Amino acid sequence: MVDVAAVDETFKRLQSHKGVLGIIVINADGIAIRTTFDNDLTVQYAALVSHFTVKARSAVKKLDGDNDLKFLRIRSKKHEIMIAPEFEKSHEYYLVVVQDPSRDS
Amino acid sequence: MPGPSPAKKTLDKGKGKKKAQDSTQSQDYVPPPPPMPGDEAFAMPIREVVKPDNQLRLSDVELNEEVAKMLTANNPAAPKNIVRFNMKDKVFKLEPMVEQTVVHYATDGWLLHKSSDEAKRQMDMEKMEQEASARFQADIDRASHEHKEHGDVEPPDDSRQLRNQFNFSERAAQTLNYPLRDRETFTEPPPTATVSGVCTQWEIYDEYMKDLERQRLDEAAKARGGKKHSAAQHGSNAARTNEHVPTLQSPALLHSLGTLDRMVNQNMFEEVAMDFKYWDDASDAFRPGEGSLLPLWKFQSDKSKRRQVTSICWNPLYDDMFAVGYGSYEFLKQASGLINIYSLKNPSHPEYTFHTESGVMSVHFHPEYANLLAVGCYDGTVLVYDVRLRKDEPIYTASVRTGKHNDPVWQVVWQVDEAQKALQFVSISSDGNVNLWTLTKSELIPECLMKLRVVKAGETSDEDPTASGPAGGCCMDFCKMAGQDSIYLVGTEEGAIHRCSKAYSSQYLSTYVAHHLAVYAVNWNHVHPNMFLSASADWTIKLWDVRDPKHPVMNFDLNDSIGDVAWAPYSATVFAAVTDDGRVHVFDLAQSKLLPMCSQKVVKKAKLTKLVFNPKQPIVLVGDDKGAVTSLKLSPNLRITSKPEKGQRFEDLECAKLDAVVEVARKSDADLAKRS
Repeated sequence: MVDVAAVDETFKRLQSHKGVLGIIVINADGIAIRTTFDNDLTVQYAALVSHFTVKARSAVKKLDGDNDLKFLRIRSKKHEIMIAPEFEKSHEYYLVVVQDPSRDS
Repeated sequence: MPGPSPAKKTLDKGKGKKKAQDSTQSQDYVPPPPPMPGDEAFAMPIREVVKPDNQLRLSDVELNEEVAKMLTANNPAAPKNIVRFNMKDKVFKLEPMVEQTVVHYATDGWLLHKSSDEAKRQMDMEKMEQEASARFQADIDRASHEHKEHGDVEPPDDSRQLRNQFNFSERAAQTLNYPLRDRETFTEPPPTATVSGVCTQWEIYDEYMKDLERQRLDEAAKARGGKKHSAAQHGSNAARTNEHVPTLQSPALLHSLGTLDRMVNQNMFEEVAMDFKYWDDASDAFRPGEGSLLPLWKFQSDKSKRRQVTSICWNPLYDDMFAVGYGSYEFLKQASGLINIYSLKNPSHPEYTFHTESGVMSVHFHPEYANLLAVGCYDGTVLVYDVRLRKDEPIYTASVRTGKHNDPVWQVVWQVDEAQKALQFVSISSDGNVNLWTLTKSELIPECLMKLRVVKAGETSDEDPTASGPAGGCCMDFCKMAGQDSIYLVGTEEGAIHRCSKAYSSQYLSTYVAHHLAVYAVNWNHVHPNMFLSASADWTIKLWDVRDPKHPVMNFDLNDSIGDVAWAPYSATVFAAVTDDGRVHVFDLAQSKLLPMCSQKVVKKAKLTKLVFNPKQPIVLVGDDKGAVTSLKLSPNLRITSKPEKGQRFEDLECAKLDAVVEVARKSDADLAKRS
């Protein structure tokens, strides 16, 4: 267990970085347990990202059974979606950060 | 009615029966007019008289013969021999009367005889209809008249008279309604009970997983037989101890956040990262003897802004990690200290932060145990941090009780002792003591290596150093050569440099009367065993040969107080220095003995205090007194290094390079001495 304050602080810091549009933590059920987006966008991201990540992981695992997915970066025309998944059963989650790398402020 | 006449039989076709008959009678055949070409549609139909083969052919005489025919009332086809059984006489009797009538055509006419009953009835009906119609018309006329006189009179009821199909009549019929009656019966209500509970998806999921696990274990136990049942249960207990950690408190999440932090930073500083990795100043190829520094990331935090960078140290394990100590050089402006450990991958925020009571003066990572960080403070304490613990408190502290320095600790250096497994580091302080600290289980145990004493210029080093007053140590450096790692240099506030050994605590090996002001840095060459540099507040850098304590090999005047000097790890002839005017000077003695290759102002309105080369990457870090650390990339001309061919050693080549420089310098010195 770590201090929640430390997690909080990192969240705030990440959010304050330039170009960062939002952060979401999604649990194993695809429910956002922490977010900086509005509700609609959060639900959308949560549903799509968790499916996508599971899909990506299954691709990695099918290629090599011992392998596992560590991170996902999706560079789109507008954004970069960074996903840090954790598949450990006791605390499975997907951490998602959306950044606009071209934004100046 | 007469029967059909069989006199003439003609077969006619189409119309014009008479004509055909005529033609048959006259026995001549008139061919139809030939069809006109193009107007078949208007041509008359072709007539042809065909006589059947079996037709009686009569000559003209026979045809003209008159045949008389009698019409009788008797039907020739009627039977004449009908007998019927007579019941009265009980015999068959001939029926004398036979029906002779033959009806050839019959139709009912529509004409009635006026005097017949039917005609009379019909006339009566017509008469009644006319009367009714006249009556109705009269009604309507009268009503419209009255309507004109009094508007509220209803029109005559014309429902009885159906004038046309659009008149309807409404008819209603009242039927008998049965009165409603309630009939009730009561039964015993079935027993009810309220059961409620809240269940999250997590719980359901956990239960499923538990159930699965149990099933799996059961199967395993069955397969293995009853003997190992207890073992299986033990396994399930072990699984249960793996307790659930809330996602928001899991260390993995913190780690993920850290990684994403770096990713975001990578996107933010993409260009800088590209420069760091791939950019080389192409113009260097056209200007030998000159180089440039490209500023990369700047490391700064809110907490460090009011403090001065007093020390920087790269982590030996991770090329991208370094610790920065913050404190104050000014006696009157002391504050608490700060240590930030940054990674190049995350320039916006330190990976670790530690706070100290007193200003930090020196930091050093253990070369083998890269998580151990030794810290020297302004108040004379030395601390050891274990970076991995992420705790803001040291694992070892030298307190007044255990013994500490009385003045600022200017430098701490870990010792790598092969024989002794204990962890040790050496510290130097203004109080004149050089202490060796040993990490035991519970505390730091100091051991005095040397008490520095003032040696007056001209005095030989073999005199008893304890005879005069204490000298303040400022900086130190251990010899980097294998086998000589007990030899170290000490720079003092008085300007002298002493060569000492850990083996003897009483005497200096030699003393170099080097500078007029405090020596801020001494630095052994990384390759050459006998050369070292010293930098001082008296604006000069001096290159020394260990064996010649009287005269420096070379002198470099930089026109400002020098904060730090360091040899480059990749070359024996390259070194860099920082000065108070915010400039970084890089020398390569193999290319230019007098002038720096590069003298670049990298910060505005700040004094540069510290400089370190990265052991592997071509970058240097410079710290300033505004709390910022700037990373600079060395251009290709600043990192020229010898490339050993087969059979040659890199160290030998580099040493030879430096030796050649020293040779030339000595010669010119000798020439000068002769002339004077």
